[in-house]
Amino acid sequence: MYYNILQYLERNTKLYPDKIALEDDKRSISYFEYENKAKIIATFLLDKIGTTRNQPIAVLIDRNILSIVAFMGVVYSGNFYVPVDASMPKERVELIYDTLRPTLIIDARNQNEMSNDIHGIYRIEEILLHTQINEKELLNIRESAIDTDPLYAIFTSGSTGIPKGVAVSHKSVIDLVEAFYDTFSFDDCVVIGNQAPFDFDVSVKDIYNALKCGAVLEVLPKKLFKMPKLLIEYLGEKKINTLIWAVSALRIVADFKTLDSVDSPDLRYVMFSGEVMPVKVLNYWKKYVPKARYVNLYGPTEITCNCTYYEIKKDFENDEFLPIGKAFVNSRVMLLDEERNLIDTDNKLGEICVSGTCLALGYWNNAEKTDEAFIQNPLITAYGSKIYATGDMGYYDNDGNIIFKSRKDYQIKHMGHRIELGEIEVALNSIPFLIISCCLYDSKSEKIVCFYQSDKECKKEIVAELSKKLPKYMWPNVYIHYTDMPMNKNGKIDRVALGEQLLKIKA
Amino acid sequence: MEQLLKIMSEIRPDVDFEKETQLIDGDILDSFDIISIVGEVNEQFQVEINVNDLLPENFNSAKALFELIQKLR
Repeated sequence: MYYNILQYLERNTKLYPDKIALEDDKRSISYFEYENKAKIIATFLLDKIGTTRNQPIAVLIDRNILSIVAFMGVVYSGNFYVPVDASMPKERVELIYDTLRPTLIIDARNQNEMSNDIHGIYRIEEILLHTQINEKELLNIRESAIDTDPLYAIFTSGSTGIPKGVAVSHKSVIDLVEAFYDTFSFDDCVVIGNQAPFDFDVSVKDIYNALKCGAVLEVLPKKLFKMPKLLIEYLGEKKINTLIWAVSALRIVADFKTLDSVDSPDLRYVMFSGEVMPVKVLNYWKKYVPKARYVNLYGPTEITCNCTYYEIKKDFENDEFLPIGKAFVNSRVMLLDEERNLIDTDNKLGEICVSGTCLALGYWNNAEKTDEAFIQNPLITAYGSKIYATGDMGYYDNDGNIIFKSRKDYQIKHMGHRIELGEIEVALNSIPFLIISCCLYDSKSEKIVCFYQSDKECKKEIVAELSKKLPKYMWPNVYIHYTDMPMNKNGKIDRVALGEQLLKIKA
Repeated sequence: MEQLLKIMSEIRPDVDFEKETQLIDGDILDSFDIISIVGEVNEQFQVEINVNDLLPENFNSAKALFELIQKLR
């Protein structure tokens, strides 16, 4: 029985020891080396941290295969990994460490200046100079493992300004990849082109579907996603046939009409998630790559990537909405109304709620937020059964497919990133020369708009301050200055008035 | 050139576009910036930057981008 994701890796090493498992623009490794290197890392970790189990090990990631090898090394050691993008502002990395309290940090970045002399940070290249493997201890660890042990934690934006670490167990990821394998008939000829950064849970599907299938995983250089012609050429060169991408990555190819002038890639699967896919973009891809299977995937990090899917088998007009579809096997997805009653009629709006093995363990070191989001199923009183209330609002169409409509709160999706506007506002409000500020998302132009009150216009200074606190994708794109911000009767910022003013400015 | 610098700094006020020569290779601009810059440049300079022009050598510096615009006009 499969109860630990490393069993997939070990099976692949037996079946295809010499097959390329992972490749980036600098190197590639076989399944045999993949397992071997992961075990070396684990042995090193055991020397450093002893018999610690189920504790967080942070991995400073890059777009390289060594990051993934580091993850597996951590898992072999009986602990769980937490990908951290160290190019984020220091303050935010510190906020993550404050919550996480990592036992140790592995630096898997290609080149770096600083981490050598910081206590508790070990460079992966130096770890891999060792050759020793403590097979006996690794076996002990495996024998005591259970599938509810955490596998990874991924940090996501928090509305109070503090990022939340979603901890996910082995069983949820096994559940995910088994469902994908059966639903989409994956096999060992799959070659996955990884687009998503490793601190973003879309990449979980790449790493573990590849392991489940014994497939090749190609880590695509970030630069390609700015230069779409080079991207498409690279897909052809590496014979990549499976894309599990953020919508924004597929969009950039369509927006620049890339396939008009470059040979279309030979794709079997084009899967997308992260935000609403514009039908126009889908139709562009379908025109040039008609043979691929197109699948719309939906779900937040808290339910392990995806809980519903919709395979596109008919034509859609540019002004139609793509459904997010129906639940994967072994996941239950339902709509609840405001009184937490089940909605079973078409076209009635409700909150999308999920139950099943896919549910995350919760937010690391944050029982309060965990209890708020992972609640007892209100329809069940006789036994314990948790649901995750996503905060996403949707309804059933006439075919019983769910259509995503909107958010309940101030969470947005911007260029594939999940962002709480509250987190941006906390950062803005900590800037001394701003009197008051707030953010809205202009979904039509896809821009984060910052409204601020200060003595004089100071966009440049605000950006300079934000760059110390927030990753670049959270910076507002438009700044509107006030000497007198509109307030409502309760003395709070009048967001409705600001929204109306924004419409006027644009008109 | 001044107009181009203004467009670029409007989108990324934190970057010194007069000096920077590694905008792509140094991972300074992201894809959102590229889309925004191309959109504004196409509109304000009445050109059409197409996918064949989207190469690192045309976007690594403001000067390189300016030369591309001249060529397209």
